[in-house]
Order: sequence, then C-alpha cells, then structure tokens
Amino acid sequence: MLVAILSAFAAAALAPMLHRLLGRWTGWILALLPAALCAQFLARLPAISAGGVDLQAWPWLPDLGISLALRLDGLALIFALLISGIGALVLVYTGGYLKGDPRLGRAYGLLLAFLGSMLGLVCADDLITLLVFWELTGVWSYFLIGFDSGRPAARAAALQALLVTGIGGLALLAGALLLGDAGGTWRISELAARGELLKAHPHYRAILLLVLAGAFTKSAQVPFHFWLPGAMEAPAPVSAYLHSATMVKAGVYLLARLHPALGATPEWHALITLAGATTMLAGVILALGQQDLKKVLAYTTVSGLGTLVLLLGLGTRLAMKAGAVFLLVHALYKSALFMTGGTIDHETGTRDLDRLSGLRRAMPRTSLALALSALSMAGMPPLLGFLSKELLYEAKLQAPGVAPVVTPMGILTNVLLVTIAAVLVARVVLGHGGRGEHRPHEAPPALWLAPLLPALAGLLIGGFPDRLVGPLIESAVAAVGAEPVEVTLKLWHGFNLVLVLSILTVMGGLVGYRFYPRLRALVRRIDLGARLGPARIYERALAGMLALAGAQTRLLQHGYLRRYILVLVVTAAGLGWMALAVGKVPVKVPPAWDLRVHEACLAVAIGAGALAAVRARSRLAVIACLGVVGYGVALVFILFGAPDLAMTQFLVETLTVIVLVLVFYSLPRFASLSSAATRARDALVALAAGGLMTALVLAVGQTRPASTALTDFYARSSLPEGLGRNVVNVILVDFRALDTLGEITVLTIAALGVFALLKRPGRRRSAS
Amino acid sequence: MRPVVLRTAARVVLPLLLVFSLFLFVRGHNSPGGGFIGGLTAALAFCLHLVAHDPAATRRVLRLPPRIFAGGGLALAGLSGMGGLLQGQPFMTAAWSQTTVPGLGKLAIGTPLIFDLGVYFVVFGVSLGIVLTLAED
Repeated sequence: MLVAILSAFAAAALAPMLHRLLGRWTGWILALLPAALCAQFLARLPAISAGGVDLQAWPWLPDLGISLALRLDGLALIFALLISGIGALVLVYTGGYLKGDPRLGRAYGLLLAFLGSMLGLVCADDLITLLVFWELTGVWSYFLIGFDSGRPAARAAALQALLVTGIGGLALLAGALLLGDAGGTWRISELAARGELLKAHPHYRAILLLVLAGAFTKSAQVPFHFWLPGAMEAPAPVSAYLHSATMVKAGVYLLARLHPALGATPEWHALITLAGATTMLAGVILALGQQDLKKVLAYTTVSGLGTLVLLLGLGTRLAMKAGAVFLLVHALYKSALFMTGGTIDHETGTRDLDRLSGLRRAMPRTSLALALSALSMAGMPPLLGFLSKELLYEAKLQAPGVAPVVTPMGILTNVLLVTIAAVLVARVVLGHGGRGEHRPHEAPPALWLAPLLPALAGLLIGGFPDRLVGPLIESAVAAVGAEPVEVTLKLWHGFNLVLVLSILTVMGGLVGYRFYPRLRALVRRIDLGARLGPARIYERALAGMLALAGAQTRLLQHGYLRRYILVLVVTAAGLGWMALAVGKVPVKVPPAWDLRVHEACLAVAIGAGALAAVRARSRLAVIACLGVVGYGVALVFILFGAPDLAMTQFLVETLTVIVLVLVFYSLPRFASLSSAATRARDALVALAAGGLMTALVLAVGQTRPASTALTDFYARSSLPEGLGRNVVNVILVDFRALDTLGEITVLTIAALGVFALLKRPGRRRSAS
Repeated sequence: MRPVVLRTAARVVLPLLLVFSLFLFVRGHNSPGGGFIGGLTAALAFCLHLVAHDPAATRRVLRLPPRIFAGGGLALAGLSGMGGLLQGQPFMTAAWSQTTVPGLGKLAIGTPLIFDLGVYFVVFGVSLGIVLTLAED
C-alpha cells in the first residue's frame, strides 16, 4: 500500500517532465500507473472478502504512539478501487480536455498527487496519518479548483473550498485528538474494538460533533454544501474526479470508518439522519433550478452525498449495503456525467441547458455515455442504478422509527432525479437541433472513451451484480458493520412494494419533466439560500475578517518609524520597571566605589557623546557623536573582559557610519521639527529606558545567579569537547550551533527584505 | 574623481584586510575572533574599496553578487550539520579530525569550522549587500 501511495507521489513529481518528453501521449501513459494500482487492489479482493486485512505499520513518532499505519479492509478496498480506476480514466480524459494547454503537465502532477493523498486517506489506520492525508486532499483540491488561476472567480472558489473544508479539518483535528485520548490509542482498528468504552466516555458528544463538522464540510452537507457548486470553476476532469467521485466522499468514508467506534447511538442517528436527509432533498431541488449543466450535476452530487450520509445515519445493515452499492453506482455514473458534460462544453462551447439539444447526431458516442449514465442516475433497469434505487427504498422503508419521514423524502428526491435525467436524455441527447456557438462534432477518443467506460460498467454490473461486485460490497459492509453479513444482489426483486414505488417514481419524474420549465422557475423563486443562505454568511464573514485585519493593521502598522520606536521603548521600559517593582528586586548602589580614573573618563566621554548627539545641529555631527558613544561602549567591553563583544562592536559601529552616510543622500534636509513638548516627552522616555538599564545592572550585581552549573559546564567542557579555548565561539558554533543557524537564517531573510525594498521597481522613478 | 591616494591605498589594503579577516576567522576558536567578526572585517575591507571607487567597480572585484555569498554561507552552515544525521546522531553533532602537520604542530579540523565559515559568508554577504544596494540608490 505504501508503495502504491508513494508511486503516485513520485509520478506526480515526474509528470511535468514526462509531459515535455512524451507530448500528447502522456495522459495515456500516466494512466497506466493508476490502472496497475487498480489491478493490484483487485487482486487483493479474494483474500479480503475471505475476511483478511492487509496491515503495514512503521513507527513515526514512537514517543507519542503515532505510527504510519496502513490497513486495507473491505471499506478501504472499495474506495481504493474507485480512486485508482476513475483516476486512470480522468488522466486520459485530462490529456484530451486540456490538449495544447501549457499547464497540462501541472494538471497531471496535481491529479496524481491528489490520487496518492486520497489512497493514503482511505488506507490510513492511524488517526494522525489519516488527518495528514485528509488535509493534503484539501490542498490539492485548492490548487485544482484554482487551476485557471488567471480568473478571479476560480481563485475565489478555490479559497472558499479551502476555508470551508479547512475549518472542518481543524474541528476534525480537535475531534481526533479527543478521540485518541478517550480511546487510548491512535489506531482506528483498535478504536473500533473499543466502541462501548468510547460511547460511554464523557467526551463522546464533543468528539461526535467535531468529527461530524469535519465530515459534513468535506462532504458538502447542508449548511456547508455551497462550496461544492462553487468548486465547479475547476476544469471538467477535476470536477469529475475530486468533486463527485472521490474527495467529497472522504467525509462519508470517515463516518463509515468511525461507525464501529462512534456509531449507533441516539445522537449519531439523529444528527446524521437529519443532515443527510436535508441535504439529499435540498440538493436535488436546487439542481432543478440550475441552467448550467455542470451546476445541475454539482447539486445532484450534493444530493447523492446526502443520500450516503443518510444511509450511514440509519445504520441498519440493509442501509449499509444500500450505501455501498450507491457509492459504487454514484461514482460510476457521476464521473461519466461530469466528463460528458466537459466534452459537450469542449465541443459546443456552451453548458447552457436551453441551448444544448439533439447532440445524438453530431456526437453519438458522447451521447451514448451521457444517456447511459443519466438513466443509471434515474434508476432505470437494467442499469446498476435501478438496483441501487431498489435497495435505497428498501433501506428507507425498513428504517426503524424514521421510515415514515425518510421514505417520502427519498421518493421525492428520486422523482426529481428522474426529471433531471429526462431533461438530459430527452432534450440534450434526443431533442431537435442544437443552437450551440459552432457546429458540434464528435470529440477525440480520449474525450468520449473515458466517460463511456464507467457508463458501460454501470450497464455490465447491472446485468450481473452479484457475480461482479457481490464480494466487494459484502466485505465493505462487513468492515463498516464490524460483523459479517450475507449480501445478495439481484436486479429483479419480484413484484413487491418497492417495485411499485419505483414505477410511481418514474411516472412522477416524467410528469415533472412535462412541467420542467415551470418547476425551474418555481425553484428559482423560492430559493432563499441565494439571498440568506450559508453562502452569504460565508461572504459576510470573509469580508468582515478582511476589514478587521485591515483596521488593526492600519492601527498598528502606521508606517511612522518614530512612533514604532516610541511604542517599543515605552513598552519595554514600562514592563521592565513593573517587573522590578512587583518582584521587589533590591536595587542598591554599591557602598564602595572601586572606580579608576580611566574608567571615569570613559563614562564621562560616553555621557558627553550622548548629550552632544541630542543637541547636534547637523547629521554629520549626530553620527560623530553616536560614534563616540559606540566606541566608548566597546572600550567598556574591553576593560571588563569581553574582547569578542568589543571587536564586534567596533566593526558594527564602523559599518553603521558607512550605512548612515550612504542613507544621507535619500533623506530630507536636517531640520528641527519637534515641538518643545514632544522633546520633553522623548527625553522622559529616554530617561526611563536608560534608568531601567542602570537599575537592571545594579540589580544583577546584587543578586548571584541561582545556579552556575551552566557557566561551569561551558567553561569546563569547551576545550575537551569543543576543542576550543574561546568559550564564546565554541558556544556559538558548537554547543548552541542550532541557535546560530536560526540567527543567520533570520539575518539572510532580513537582508532579502532590505534588497527587495530598496530595489523595488518604480522606486527610482518616484524618488526622482 | 576620487582621491588618488585613497584609491592606491585601497588597492594595497584590501588584500591585507582580507587576509586579516581570515586570520580573525581561523583564530576564533581559541582567541577572540570567529566567523561573525571575520565576516564583518571582510565586508568593511570592500566598503573601503567602495569608498575609493564606485559600486560597479566593487561588484566587479567581488565577481559574485553578495546575496550569493549570503545564501551559499547559509547552505554551507546548514549542510555542515548534516554529517551527524548520516551517522544516526542528532543534527549538528560536531565531527573532528585531528592531524599533525609537519612544522605547524597539531591541527584540528571539524564541522564547527565549516559552520563558522558559513557564518562568515552570511555576515559578509548580508552586510556588504545592504551597503552596496544603498550605495547604488
């Protein structure tokens, strides 16, 4: 598994280079990697459906019990197959969709990096490992949504997705820390075995709420759903891959994964069922109001995610089975729909449902893929969607307690899905003549083959469901329910209530198609979300935060050097005096003045230099006076046994004079601008700061350090261990070399800042 | 036109000051000196050249832009700590080799010396870079 994940990352790093070497065939060649991974995962199916699991673990932070642990069970396997299988198709599709785009190599790299992160996410058995991959998927999603980085809309959508899922990710981090603490382990498989303990834990509700916040934001549940339609700014293959088939299902995966540990409590049932059912219905209603083909698909994806969450909330075995099948069928038909949508956009130049019509003549193969997947979405026999819908109805009918509520909601959702599918098939595919920008023609193979394959897979699996995916579904359900379960999949369930409901659904959907324009207008009228909904709250919050940041920056970073210095000195002096006063530090002038003549002369010279600097009438005089102060201090260092410090001081003083002289040219004429009051205030501040330093020196002279162990250690081990007699230098380059490394790094960064400020373009012009 | 005396003096003094800065750098481990002080001295040597000539001339003598010295020094200092890592010891573990050079006596060369050389170049590159940029403005 680790090899699979790492190979994807390695391919991601190499992709841009490969693209330059291989040119137009890169997509097909790169797709071989996920295809091989898919085959390798498929080869593990017999062992895993027999009840086995693959385990790999390496210590990562052993002191904290955190490991890089990977575990492949039924649930991870079904996700891994979808990620690698659809990943291969998407890579091929991307090659066709972005053909000739100079950023194509980057797109391959980002998609492969995402593929690796997503595989890591579903294979992780360690909560921290899972979180790392969880955040990585969000980061790649940010880059991929904002792929068209020249457009402000794409950048805003990328930021929105990053912020919404990022806030959820933070909540999830807190939840995971609490969960690991409550369970006493970071291993998810061990947590699953301690479900009873966790559900009785006092932090259970906090954990559940935090984990749900993470899962609901990632999987676009109401009220966090708005980022997903926004993410449709991404190129079509990205939407097909991240925002329908894989990444948005990470939240669903997390809930399924933690179901054994946290599931089947009243809170779990209530919260998840409510969110899922609301999202399921709201998504499809909002989809009806859209005119953009891609937005329609995005909102039906929101609805599909709601269905999956709802099934996890119901929590019965039947619901889990329905969920596993729906996961599979949704990934197949929705990725196909998104890719055909992209192909149509690519070839006709529009995604407007009112302008697309009768594509079957011009684009027969694309139309076939679109029709097959749309019919699967509508749940028409003999496609896999039909089977999935039967199971959904059955699960909802048998849901304990909530069946009377969720069954009608489910039926209404499916009726509207049939309506949308009817619009896609009857108008876009069959309809009479198109009014697109230019005459459409069939797309190149990469653009119709990639969506046609999953669409055909839906048909094939629908024909032989038990033989083709039975074991896969069974082992996935077993992993979620934590106990083995008999799963048989049949297309024909006999003539029963569920079939009656299916027939009614289709009839209802066709009636809906009859009144489609009126329905769309109605949805648009009642869509309060556009005005009052969470998307508006997000915008307000973002704008408010930016305004707050701007205001406090203008307050603190006003740009006046004199005020910065004033604030710094006043703060430092004030805090220092406060510490002296509160700590009752004894500050006494030593009784015996052991002062020699040359020391007294030096002190007078420094004081005179400082006074003269304040009263000087020209800049050159100020510099000379400050030089006197600086050299005087350096002499003090020499007199009191700090030759290294003294040498540094001399050199820095000299350099300062040179820098000041050079700066002269750019400064305005020397003038006395401050009023008498300002000067008095500055003098007061200077006296307070200087007085503090004097007091500190006197205080340090009074009190002996509590322990001289450190000083003794350095003095003792400098020569034997550091091979140097200059203790200061040995400390700098050996004992505390890491500190020095940090300091020279800061120095270099500061210098880069100075270069950038002095050399910024246009400065010379504005100065002259 | 800068004074001829200054230009002539700078030509003679620059190499002397550079040798002096190296001397300060090398003796640093046992007596006052070291990478920081050596780097500052070297930078001041070029400042003298700058005062005697002009920034373009100093850059020509320098051959490489100061920021290369700063970045290279930082990389050198960082790399000098990697030796310990390769042997499974903590980052920045010092490694020494002691040899006896005929006529000079015992000579110890170790990774802290390389680290200090990195500090030397960072300080040299940063201070001279700022002065040169200001002088060109």
